[in-house]
Amino acid sequence: MERCRRITQLVSDGLDRRLTFGERLRVRFHLAICSACANFEKQMQYIRGYSRAFLERMSSDRDN
Amino acid sequence: MESVIDDKLLAKERKSLYLYAMMRLRDADLAEDAVQDTLIAAVQALDRFEQRSSLRTWLMAILRNKITDIVRSRARELPIGDLLDENASEDDVEEFFQTDGHWDGAAAPRSWGQPEYAAERAQFWTVMERCIEGLPLRTGEVFFLREVVGESIDDICKNLGVTQTNCSVMLFRARARLRMCLEEKWFKGAP
Repeated sequence: MERCRRITQLVSDGLDRRLTFGERLRVRFHLAICSACANFEKQMQYIRGYSRAFLERMSSDRDN
Repeated sequence: MESVIDDKLLAKERKSLYLYAMMRLRDADLAEDAVQDTLIAAVQALDRFEQRSSLRTWLMAILRNKITDIVRSRARELPIGDLLDENASEDDVEEFFQTDGHWDGAAAPRSWGQPEYAAERAQFWTVMERCIEGLPLRTGEVFFLREVVGESIDDICKNLGVTQTNCSVMLFRARARLRMCLEEKWFKGAP
């Protein structure tokens, strides 16, 4: 089983650049058998969504 | 040419600028001053603003310069330790993993249930803000620019003078840390 530390680094990299075909395969195979890393991957997507929404909230909140 | 940017538009950016300044300076008064100076400088230089970059990116660049000035002048007053002490905590994320690279039991990401509902709760956003503020200085800055402001990783690395590899590791650590913080402070207790 591939190491979770390396896979989660790739998942994170995937948010900043297009992964190579080989990298995408490694990630996909690993996520299929590791629920912790699969959770990590899903949560990264949510964190991106929250972060963008967070800025919108800050921008519309004029009380500060 | 008539400027499409007015005070109202600048004021809209105020809070995100403030949060960024707060993250870098960890001092409410200094952060407030830096934002104030940035907005004044922006108003004075509006004619130099090029539409091809976004207003936010432009303001962020001015703010970064202001903060650099403040940090420099403060470095002369403060003992060096105050500026370096965050390095100690940068490596915490590596402790989420065992030495063989597998998750360390308690740190393994758990299911968040239905995370889409979190965004509807006002309290969640307070937790989000605290978790972002709690990131170590440098890590937090990279995360903020990448995920919150949405700058490209190339721009961030270039502006901060960090190599691409280093940038990726910093982003990974920031994301992993924020993930852990949200899980502990919100999702663990959420229904």
